[in-house]
This record gives sequence, structure tokens and C-alpha cells, in this order.
Amino acid sequence: MSTILTTENLSLYYGKKQALKGVNMSFDEKGITALIGPSGCGKSTFLRCLNRMNDLIPNVTITGEVNFNQSNIYAPTMDTVKLRKEIGMVFQQPNPFPFSIYENVVYGLRLAGVRDKETLDAAVEKSLKQAAIWDEVKDRLHVNALSLSGGQQQRVCIARVLAVEPDIILLDEATSALDPISSHTIEMTLLNLRHDYTIITVTHNMQQASRISDRTAFFLNGELIEVNDTKQIFMNPVKQETNDYISGRFG
Amino acid sequence: MNAKRIDKIATGVLYAIAAFVVIILVALLGYILVQGVPEISWHFLTSPALSFEAGGGIGIQLFNSFYLLFLALLISLPISLGAGIYLNEYAPQNTITGLIRTTIEILSSLPSVVVGLFGYLFFVVQFKLGFSILSGAFALTVFNLPILTRSIEEALANISNDQREAGYALGLSRWETVTKIVVPAALPSIITGVVLSAGRIFGEAAALIYTAGQSAPALNFHDWNPFNISSPLSPMRPAETLAVHIWKINSEGIMPDAKAVSAGASAVLIIAVLLFNFLARWLGKRLYKHLTAE
Repeated sequence: MSTILTTENLSLYYGKKQALKGVNMSFDEKGITALIGPSGCGKSTFLRCLNRMNDLIPNVTITGEVNFNQSNIYAPTMDTVKLRKEIGMVFQQPNPFPFSIYENVVYGLRLAGVRDKETLDAAVEKSLKQAAIWDEVKDRLHVNALSLSGGQQQRVCIARVLAVEPDIILLDEATSALDPISSHTIEMTLLNLRHDYTIITVTHNMQQASRISDRTAFFLNGELIEVNDTKQIFMNPVKQETNDYISGRFG
Repeated sequence: MNAKRIDKIATGVLYAIAAFVVIILVALLGYILVQGVPEISWHFLTSPALSFEAGGGIGIQLFNSFYLLFLALLISLPISLGAGIYLNEYAPQNTITGLIRTTIEILSSLPSVVVGLFGYLFFVVQFKLGFSILSGAFALTVFNLPILTRSIEEALANISNDQREAGYALGLSRWETVTKIVVPAALPSIITGVVLSAGRIFGEAAALIYTAGQSAPALNFHDWNPFNISSPLSPMRPAETLAVHIWKINSEGIMPDAKAVSAGASAVLIIAVLLFNFLARWLGKRLYKHLTAE
């Protein structure tokens, strides 16, 4: 498998406070990587570095490199608009736009200049099917996305990301605001997508990480402690901190 | 006394206060409407005012009010929209933007007669616009800008940050996120704010007395060339509005039916402002429904 994304000595400061301490990590193409760790360990911060969402927060300083397809995304010539089309993101709170389901899904395509109705219709059906919500909404594509339940909204948000066909999908605790049944549906969705996309997910839920991910990375106090195959991390961790965390001794 | 009893008394007192406010409002509206509505007729609404005889109408004043409102909104809306977007979406939170916000707040509490006198010195005298619709529209813009900017800024601030992040994460630029997601999502409350401010402009008198003037020269409603001074669309003609007309009749009106004209004009003004309010609600709801689901 080839590497799609690497970080080199990636550090991040909120003002003077260092939130990420020289993280070196690489992600293979396809499959699911879970980032775990206690609250405030920097896992979400790290995730948001990967598509430069941290740029939007004032007073943030980032050093080091993030290489995506052999180019540093923090290089001054990087087009963040293009970058975020290739690295999509799903958030903790479902955040569909207050428009119809259909409009939500085609939003990225419309902005990219796609006008042809048949192409758009096809993309809507394909993305909603991939996000495992097509059957639930196919008869009401033109109702407001906000009228759906939280779990359905989140899957519409996933479909919205899939419609622009990104290479990587980042999920920032995408199931933590949902009930267990909706979470389960989303997990199933992700398992279906792992063959076609590189998925990086931050989760508080260790069972979820062990259920769905191929690789798991453990963060603590802004440092990457350990990264390995998920089975290895949960069955036979190398570092003492990892062992303490997964066995519930802290965090 | 126990907590339950105090609670009951407090509830009673609050109800009484609320009822008092409603009664004042209803009494005021009722009085104006009962006095004025019988005076309203098609003739009253369409014919020009008469200075010395009975039987004059408010046609020109009514037209002036709407035209002035239209021009004032035409000038102030784009500026307020830009200012609101800048303050809420682009400006960093620092001393300078804090200063801008304070300035806007002070501006919005300026008495309208002060705005009128400023308009007189600045637009009428300095810029030699004379007593004209244009001077009046500029004065109303000064009067309206701070309030409209505030309401637009608030409408934008009510859109959750999650929406903006969703836009950025889809690869939208900041400008695209603002124009294609935030503003459309805020549009219903922006429209409501605009229509409500329109009601305030419509009823404004003090800011116009020294700017748009107190005379309503006869208009030729067959001439729609804005460059002719007798055309209704001419922005350079003096234009007494409905609110100014009411003020003038009551302070120096010498027509025999001054009282009746004043009552009728007041009722028309109140009805128009009420209509603006209902329109604002209705339009806001309609737009919200339309935008959020087809």
C-alpha cells in the first residue's frame, strides 16, 4: 500500500501554549485510521491540521510539514480551497445547510461549476447510497435537511462530502452527538467506504475504534504515543501509557 | 408568606404590567383609527393637499413618503449589508472594531431632529442639494444606517459557526461561504429587519423637515422623466412626506378641515406602519420556508 499523507514534526501552538508536539505520522491509502486519547490530548487539533481548518482560528501557529500527494499543504502556494475538496471533513455536530437534502448533497458540485441536471441527480443518488441513507430519503429529496433526525443529518453530511469525491475523509467525533443506533448505522457506512477512501476518524469511543479501524493512533498531551494496527494496539500495546489508557486506568 | 404565595402575587403583578402596556397601545391605536378612518376615502388618498380650503387630500404626500422610503433603502441597504458582513464575518475582534460598534450604537441613539439639522447643514447647504428628496434620502440614510447595520449583523451572528465550518470544509472560500451559505440562511431575518426599519423611516418627520422640505409642489403624474422638476420621480424637488404633513397641519394648518385631514393622515400613517410590520412577519416566514425547503 502506498502512503497518501504524512506529517513531519508537526507542532501547533494556541498563542504560547503548545498543543501538538512534533507529531510524525503517515497514513496509507484506503482504510480507516482511528485517533484516540483523553480529552485535550490534541487528537482533534491534529485532525484539523490535515486540511488546514486550524487556519481559521486566530493566534494559531503551526510548524512542521503535512505532505499530501508529495506536496506540503502548508506551503504558501497551496490552494486551501482545492485542498479541502480533496480532503473532506465531517464534524461532531451534524451541520447540514438549511436547504433541501438535494441541495446539500450537490452543493460542492454546483460550486465546482457542474450544471448538468443528470450528472447532479446521479451524484445525489450515488452519494446518498454510499452514505446509506438513500432508502430513507429518496422520496423526499426536496425537504429541508434540518427536518431529518440527527443521525440522518449526519449521513447527509457524509453524502455531501462524498459527492465531491475526495481522497481523504476526516471525521471529528462524527458519532458522539448521536444515539447508539444512529452511531451503529454510521459505523456500518464507514466500513463500506473503507475500501474506496482513506478515512481518518477521531473518537472518544474505544470500542468504536476497535470495531471499525484498521490502524489506531494513541495521543497524550499533544504527543503521538503509539501507532499500530488496531489489533496490536488493543491486544498488545508497546507503551505503558497506551496500556493504561485502553485498560481504563485514566482518561 | 410562603414561596408559593409570593410566586402567585409576582405573576399577578407581571400580568397587570403587561396588560397596562397592551391597554395603552390599543387605546392609542384605537383613538387614532376611530378618529381617522372615517376621513379616508379614495379622493382623500389621491388628491393634492389644499392650503386654504376644505376638501384637500394627501395624495402627493403619500407618494412622496413611499418614494423617499424607496430611495433611502436603495442607498442604505447595500451599505448596511456590507458593514454588517464586514463586522460579523471579516473584522477581527479588537479595539478598532469595538470602536466601530460603539460608534454605531451612539449613532443609532442620535435624536432624529439632530440628524435633520445635520442633514440641513451638510446635504442641503454644503452640498447645495437644496430642500430635495435626495437630501431627505441621505438624511434618512444617516438615520437608518446604524439600526439596519445592527440588525443585519445580528441576523448573521445568529447563523451557527457549524455552517461556516461546513462551507470551508467543502472547499468554499470565505466569500463564497458568506454569500452562498451565511447570507441566504440569514435572509429571512435580514428581510424582517429591513421591513421593520422601513416602518420607522416611513413615520419619520423630524429628520425630514429641514432636508426634504415642507412643501409639496404639484406633480405631473404623466411625466415620468426623473430630470423634469415636476415629475414624480425627480429627486431634486422638495417633497413633504405624510409624517411631515401631519406635523405641519397641527402646528400651522389654516385650512378649515385641518383637524379632519390630520386625523385621516395619521390613520393612514399608522395603517401603513402596521402593514409594514405584518408584511415583515409574513415575508420572513414565507422566505424561510421557501429557502429551507422548496
